[in-house]
Amino acid sequence: MLEVKDLHVTVEGKEILKGLSLTVNAGEVHAIMGPNGAGKSTLSAVIAGKDGYEVTSGTITFEGQDVLEMEIEERALAGMLLGFQYPVEIPGVKNIYLLKAALNAQRAANGQGDMPAPEFMKLIKAKIAEMKMDASFLQRAVNEGFSGGEKKRNEILQMLVLQPKLAMLDEIDSGLDIDAMRIVADGVNSLRAADRGILLVTHYQRLLDYIIPDHVHVLVDGRIAKSGGKELAHELESRGYDWVVEESAA
Amino acid sequence: MSDVQTFLDRLAERTEARRQAHGPEPTWIAARRQAGAARFDAMGFPDRRVEAWKYTDVRPIARGDFALTDSGDFSQASAAALTLPIVAHRLTFVDGVFSAALSDLGELPAGVAVLPLSRALAENHEAVGGPLGRLTGVEFSPFSALNTAFMEEGAVVRLAPGSVVKKPILLQFLSRANAQPVMSHPRVLIEAGARSQATVIEHHVGETEAANFTNLVAELMLDRGAILTHYKLQEAPLSDLHVASIHVEQGRDSRYTSFNLNLGGGLVRNDLITELNGEGAVANFYGLFYGQGRQHIDNHTLANHNAPRTFSNENYKGILDDRARGVFNGKVVVKRDSQKIEGFQSNANLLLSDRAEIDTKPELEIYADDVKCSHGSTTGQLDEEAVFALRTRGIDEQTARGLLTLAFAGEVMELVELAAVAERVELAVAGKLPERFNLSGLVEAAILLHDD
Amino acid sequence: MASQEMEQLVRREYKEGFVTDIESDTIPPGLDEGTIAFISQKKGEPEWMLEWRLKAYHQWLKMTPPSWAHLDYPAIDYQAISYFSAPKRPEDRPQSLDEVDPKLLETYEKLGIPLHERAALAGVAVDAVFDSVSVTTTFKEKLGEAGVIFCSISEAIRDYPELIKQYLGTVVPVADNYFAALNSAVFTDGSFVFVPEGVTCPMELSTYFRINAANTGQFERTLIICESRAQVSYLEGCTAPQRDENQLHAAVVELVALEDAYIKYSTVQNWYPGDEDGKGGIYNFVTKRGDCRGDRSRISWTQVETGSAITWKYPSCVLRGKDSIGEFYSVAVTNGRQQADTGTKMIHIGEGTRSYIVSKGISAGRSNQSYRGLVKIGPRAKGARNFTQCDSLLIGDQCGAHTFPYQEIGNSSATVEHEATTSKIGEDQLFYCQSRGISEEDAVSMIVNGFCKDVFQELPMEFAVEAEALLNVTLEGAVG
Repeated sequence: MLEVKDLHVTVEGKEILKGLSLTVNAGEVHAIMGPNGAGKSTLSAVIAGKDGYEVTSGTITFEGQDVLEMEIEERALAGMLLGFQYPVEIPGVKNIYLLKAALNAQRAANGQGDMPAPEFMKLIKAKIAEMKMDASFLQRAVNEGFSGGEKKRNEILQMLVLQPKLAMLDEIDSGLDIDAMRIVADGVNSLRAADRGILLVTHYQRLLDYIIPDHVHVLVDGRIAKSGGKELAHELESRGYDWVVEESAA
Repeated sequence: MSDVQTFLDRLAERTEARRQAHGPEPTWIAARRQAGAARFDAMGFPDRRVEAWKYTDVRPIARGDFALTDSGDFSQASAAALTLPIVAHRLTFVDGVFSAALSDLGELPAGVAVLPLSRALAENHEAVGGPLGRLTGVEFSPFSALNTAFMEEGAVVRLAPGSVVKKPILLQFLSRANAQPVMSHPRVLIEAGARSQATVIEHHVGETEAANFTNLVAELMLDRGAILTHYKLQEAPLSDLHVASIHVEQGRDSRYTSFNLNLGGGLVRNDLITELNGEGAVANFYGLFYGQGRQHIDNHTLANHNAPRTFSNENYKGILDDRARGVFNGKVVVKRDSQKIEGFQSNANLLLSDRAEIDTKPELEIYADDVKCSHGSTTGQLDEEAVFALRTRGIDEQTARGLLTLAFAGEVMELVELAAVAERVELAVAGKLPERFNLSGLVEAAILLHDD
Repeated sequence: MASQEMEQLVRREYKEGFVTDIESDTIPPGLDEGTIAFISQKKGEPEWMLEWRLKAYHQWLKMTPPSWAHLDYPAIDYQAISYFSAPKRPEDRPQSLDEVDPKLLETYEKLGIPLHERAALAGVAVDAVFDSVSVTTTFKEKLGEAGVIFCSISEAIRDYPELIKQYLGTVVPVADNYFAALNSAVFTDGSFVFVPEGVTCPMELSTYFRINAANTGQFERTLIICESRAQVSYLEGCTAPQRDENQLHAAVVELVALEDAYIKYSTVQNWYPGDEDGKGGIYNFVTKRGDCRGDRSRISWTQVETGSAITWKYPSCVLRGKDSIGEFYSVAVTNGRQQADTGTKMIHIGEGTRSYIVSKGISAGRSNQSYRGLVKIGPRAKGARNFTQCDSLLIGDQCGAHTFPYQEIGNSSATVEHEATTSKIGEDQLFYCQSRGISEEDAVSMIVNGFCKDVFQELPMEFAVEAEALLNVTLEGAVG
């Protein structure tokens, strides 16, 4: 469903991605790993449409559509959803507004009317329970004053409500203790489905003990240096990244 | 005939009519009326060369010809539609006239009195004469002088030491669509005894077609340890002219919290002043104003730190659309020898149209050195990070901006403890936001869910 | 100013006036059309200039002094002031440093001013020792090569009448305010700078060099013009207290920046502040305004104000050109009974205009200080931005620090931010320094200098060093 071909991206004049190619099919879970500064977060940011990233060449298509031609919200409505590494705090905007506005936008794009209030309420309550969150959080401002774990859980909650076709999770494990990690991983695992792709970006192998990937890619210096199955992640854990870096330099 | 003379003539007629109907007034009242009239005559209406009125043109008031009314008639049905849905001790005034039919005080705790000014005067006018005018004299402004000359009705709230009023006290001011515009000069007097606690809601609302002039003076006295939360929910009709002078006096360890929420009125001027006279006194000023069309909303606040270890905290937010104009003038004054003071002030504004204007002036005047005072004022743009974050959830840009504009107001509303007030304001703001923001239905649904 | 002092001053001037009447180079106190005609004639001005002055005078007569500032001083008797006094002849000046007020010399010592310059600054007739005229001549040649005109405004009126007619009074109109109108009527001297298209002035221009060349008098008039892509940095004032008997200063400074031009104007003002009890001292009522007429032009004001009994001064920028930039960096220090009401006005008219304001106020003793600023965003100033930082530091519990920032915003795409703080020197900061063996006075001076750093770094290097020294002199005795 997602096809990235020979992607070159510069940020403030510096080339970060240097010819990255990647295919994610429905039903697959891909993990992108790599040392710091390799460009892991750049990939998901570019797919989501963040400002300040200049695509100098290459293509991104999603279900045959040219992603780079789409507005930020069009990408989300097409089914690509990004879980932020650092979720933005939005003082004053209640979570309930965000969820309802986002869900309504999605339904409108599919030619459906707004979800009736009782149905919406039922849905939200179920998903909140799934993420082991308190209902009071709906009336709180988006991410404001949330702990690191709460913020990440909130990202997953939005995924559970919006049911994207492609879920991109950028370092969703950073800043989580082991209990929060389990909850987040359970949430992600519940998203696994035959018609959904999941793209995990992570620095540590740890997360992959909980979310078993189908494919693991190692990103080094703006390119995928090595791809493999879940066992590659274990190898990286025991051997570190240096050997891949050396291999790719050779 | 001059603008001032029109008002003085009305006063003479009224005084004469009152004398014929009720006989002479107590001498102190007559004397104050005279002082008020003399002061008003001497000062006239302020023009824009007067610093405090630099940005506010009061000619719509000065040039008006306002009648005085004795009728408090208002249909029960329309009153019910306008009133705040809240369980409260309620006093209602229609164009300044007390309406017993629309009032319901319910059961007040022992030691607590809530009554119309006319009744308080009838019962014991001397008990009123002492405190009345102590904080807001005729010198304060031409409007306070005018109020003193005309005052007849209003509310008196007395809280005995240690008394706690759980339900809010609602002072409801209804503006009626009259054949001829009328004016009213309500007078509010609140005496909160030591360690007493209460919440007072001053609610100004009316019929859409109304075009009246309200000139309110409120004096609030907080004895040591008293806690008073004061909501001013101003939703007056868009042709109403509204001037309010609110003066607060705070004793030791007292806490006064003001929510000054202005959504209505064609020409609005609020003066909110607190005298922090006792150590440990805390004043919180929270404000929100939303102007559209040609509304003009002017808020002047002043925190006088007259004693050491006093604290003031202010946060005002303004949203202006169309050709509306907003004025914010916040001042913190620290008197000599008032050490260990903390005063914080913040004013943020959003302009939604290029023809809207905001004039803001956060002032500090400090004569002591052991102080921590700061103010910040921003007028500008929404957080683009937040716009992006919302769009990644599939929300279109305009809706995202709408949500963030609503959120901008929400930062003040989050502090409101009365759900009825918070929801009413939130709905009103969402309803006022330009259509392009596309928020209709969202807030209603969220509130329904909240109530669920 | 104490009235009896004014009287003394008046009596003395009056007497001298009579004594020197024969030479006719000082006129008795008073202001009327005759006074103005006299000044104009003394300066050898053309008829149109006299008319210009008289027009200003007639406007002034109809005006009243401003009362909105947070200042307290007795009314000034404008008829008690002498409006023209020719430069002192060498024989009237002190003949050696021995004749100079020792207190003044002490101050020079503290400022680290070289010995030969001290004499010059004190007004000693020392042309033979320190020949400012020859200095003037050397750099005038260098400027001439570059095409830069730098001369007194009197010379400019004579030699460049077309430029004067084109620009004088176009930034600060004659009736702009009470003091500007007065200045327009009676100004006696000042500086004129013209930098032609594309020229970067090869050196920093300064009135410092001219200190001996001319007694610029009470009513200075300065006009600086930078044509397209021209640049100049101008330093005004003196880094030492000027000997000045005159009580009232009402200067006007006009700056014009055309397309892509850049004018940087730095001031260190240290006029006599009066004594500890507030007796004497200069009343400094100054109108300074820059006009960013051209697109992408930039005007930057930097001021260090430590002197004067009363300061009333708001260097401003009118940002007319698209994407033009206005800047204001200010340090104001008041001690004793000084009063200062100072700040800036940034008027955003053009699209994409930007302004920055950094104001640091330090109040000590029994002084009072106010920051007064206006940021106005016009309806056509799309995308205009302003940032204002305004901090006050209080030393002692008898002084006052006030902030009056006006913001008038009429464009929805504008971003205007204002931040202000008022605090005293942190006791923990003082304690930290003292526990390292630093005396309290030195610690205060260190902390204050740190507080002012953002502004000092805008000053030309040699100015910055002296500004710091000046700050310490002003704050002397403020602690303990």
